[in-house]
Amino acid sequence: MALVLNEEQVLLKSSAVDFFNSKAPLEAFRKLRDENNPVGFDRSLYAEMVELGFAGLIIPENRGGFDFGYVALGQILEVNGRTLAASPLISSVLLSATVLNLAGTEEQKSTLLPLIASGELLLSLAHEENTLHNPTRVNCTATKEGEHYKLNGSKVFVLDVHVANKIIVVARTSEGNEGIRLFLVDVQSPGLSIHRTQMLDNRNAGNISLEHVIISESDKLAGGFDELCRVYDIAAIGLAAEMLGIAQEAFERTISYLKERKQFGVSIGSFQALQHRAAKMFIEIELSKSVVIKALTAIDENWVNLSELASLAKSKLGQTVKLVTNEAIQMHGGIGMTDDMDFGFFIKRARVLQQTMGDYNYHLDRYASLNGY
Amino acid sequence: MNKEEQDIFRAETRAWLESNCPRSMREKVQEESDYYWGGKNGTFKNEDQKIWFERMLAKGWTVPYWHKKYGGGGLSAIENKILNEEMASLGCRKPLFSFGISMLGPALQKFATEEQKDKYLPEIVKGEIRWCQGYSEPNAGSDLAGLQCRADDMGDYFLVNGSKIWTSYGNKADWIFCLVRTDFGSKKQRGISFLLIDMATEGVSTRPIKLISGKSPFTETFFNNVRVPKENLVGELNMGWSIAKYLLTHERQMIGDMGKNDEQVKTHNIAIEHIGLQNGILADTILRTELAQHEMNEAIFEMTIERAIDEAKAGNNSGATSSLFKYYGTELNMERMELQLALSGNQELVMDNPANQNGLLANAMLRSKGNSIEGGTSEIQLNIIAKNILGLPNN
Ligand SMILES: Cc1cc2nc3c(=O)[nH]c(=O)nc-3n(C[C@H](O)[C@H](O)[C@H](O)COP(=O)(O)OP(=O)(O)OC[C@H]3O[C@@H](n4cnc5c(N)ncnc54)[C@H](O)[C@@H]3O)c2cc1C
Repeated sequence: MALVLNEEQVLLKSSAVDFFNSKAPLEAFRKLRDENNPVGFDRSLYAEMVELGFAGLIIPENRGGFDFGYVALGQILEVNGRTLAASPLISSVLLSATVLNLAGTEEQKSTLLPLIASGELLLSLAHEENTLHNPTRVNCTATKEGEHYKLNGSKVFVLDVHVANKIIVVARTSEGNEGIRLFLVDVQSPGLSIHRTQMLDNRNAGNISLEHVIISESDKLAGGFDELCRVYDIAAIGLAAEMLGIAQEAFERTISYLKERKQFGVSIGSFQALQHRAAKMFIEIELSKSVVIKALTAIDENWVNLSELASLAKSKLGQTVKLVTNEAIQMHGGIGMTDDMDFGFFIKRARVLQQTMGDYNYHLDRYASLNGY
Repeated sequence: MNKEEQDIFRAETRAWLESNCPRSMREKVQEESDYYWGGKNGTFKNEDQKIWFERMLAKGWTVPYWHKKYGGGGLSAIENKILNEEMASLGCRKPLFSFGISMLGPALQKFATEEQKDKYLPEIVKGEIRWCQGYSEPNAGSDLAGLQCRADDMGDYFLVNGSKIWTSYGNKADWIFCLVRTDFGSKKQRGISFLLIDMATEGVSTRPIKLISGKSPFTETFFNNVRVPKENLVGELNMGWSIAKYLLTHERQMIGDMGKNDEQVKTHNIAIEHIGLQNGILADTILRTELAQHEMNEAIFEMTIERAIDEAKAGNNSGATSSLFKYYGTELNMERMELQLALSGNQELVMDNPANQNGLLANAMLRSKGNSIEGGTSEIQLNIIAKNILGLPNN
């Protein structure tokens, strides 16, 4: 597949631009933050996103979705990055629908995927237990007792967990990677407690603890560690798409400012020290666009070396968004540091995304290992 | 061309290459003379090089994507891409290198008259004439439009006087494409013309300039009352600047391509060989980080080339311009050279050891320092991006 959007994807992207600009500009998110909104996102906005089909993009048609693929979802995430609209699109769709697509039983897919596509069901993926992303260090246990499993342990950094209806929990049934399995846990389950955390980016996340939570065999997912790793790869690529949107937005606003702001009687954009840094950011963003579209395409085409592409995309975008959010503030001078300007929102969201699903070092190390060194 | 036709073309091409490309022409290039550059004084290093050149020429594949009427292969963009991919995967060397192919050709296709194209393009395809580039002057480098080498209209010929500098392969070339000043009165970009000059003409001389990398592949080139026929002017008089810039975009694209690592042996393989693995991880973990960072950027750069081609095919402006490729590709190549030298340790610094081709890598590292200068410096590329793409104001 060529590294360009097809007609359908171009249309989808431009309708997403219109939607986010008119319905979910950054001010809307600012308002949610300022009023310390208990839900953390606007339910009616998410309903509209569902109405536009965003929640069903990666869900097969026979499960109530549209089967547009990850290149399409990536466009939405990218555009979303420009206005930072808060929604459960990442937790329920990018993460959980992908888990179900890849690892769910037929029964789980046919009952849950249509509900995700229709926005009726919000799901969270509880996988992290440590300060850094680490797929193999799972201490949460799932002990088989007769027809049931008993879950014990705790999870951190669970996106949107305090508004979820169900949680997909990664737990260990035995030693080794084969022992790592996935379980569907209803949020009403006895023994489960959920604690919302206030994150740097003012988006939803929380910690959970599981004490003797009883799960029936039918709530165990069919797939295990291999599928989960593919989910992590896909998620890393999806997050890279959002980071691309943030980087582009922060960059474009900065270029406008370089043209407007005058010092010493001239536009600051005429200073070569700033011009060259701006040109380098432009280059990094162009490279970033290439790796994101390539990696999204690789998901849809089912590439075997997806992990390599995921690490390329996640690490590159981590670096790019870090560079651009830092330079955006620096090139705005004092006003860049104010909460009134939006750059605080971009840098805060960027830093959380940089950590989610593995930071730069994690993916650099993995890329080297995948290449045999 | 549908998918099926592409597959057929790919299979046929591969089969042809396998049976026609001599073994030794699939080996890693070690030195300058491993490339055939053509020209009146062009010599083949060995019989295989000659056979390979002649077989490719017979198919028009010395310049596969040029029109058949000029002796090219007449391949479509997709066919050419397939040919390149198959050549790369078998390790086949390009049969002919020349500035005629990569720089002058594209400019002639766009700006020359039919007569000029009929004369010069087939000579390039056949490797009969070797071209060099006469742009830079001692006082006109980055500020190229300030050039002073002059051509006076003498009625039935131009009289050229002045000098050029940093003329790559000026001592080996047969002809030179030159920027000359034909109008001293108007704005500096306005009075420039694009002239083709036979270096065998009386009054043309060269003097070699020695480089830090030992070799002397470039010269100072002097013009002393050189008579150049009127028909050697390309495009309109005084309108050479747009041709010059057009040619530069091709040159920059070509230079930027060095950012790709086409070698079968990746840098990390060299590292493994010299440093070794410990528990599956490169024993020098600090170098490993640098290396991974470099190879990731290399991979992403290649995707950017791929995307630019796809966007161009789809009729979009990708935003990824020749200045981007020139800047980033040369940065990557220079970094690659430094890394390879660093991880090879002291043995690559020995300059009289046949085992390392007498310091081949060290000299390659030194030569790479010119990458961010030739074809317009890195700073100039960043200026172009800032002004032409981002629209930032002049001071
Ligand atoms: C290996 C090699 C091969 C070459 N081959 C050819 C050839 O075949 N034919 C040919 O015509 N030329 C050739 N060149 C010449 C090359 O194009 C010039 O060297 C180049 O354009 C720079 O010009 P200069 O050397 O005069 O440097 P200068 O222009 O004097 O630049 C000196 C420094 O000042 C910086 N600088 C200049 N202007 C600006 C600005 N506006 N903003 C910021 N920084 C600036 C430059 O980036 C550079 O770092 C070759 C050069 C090399 C190194």
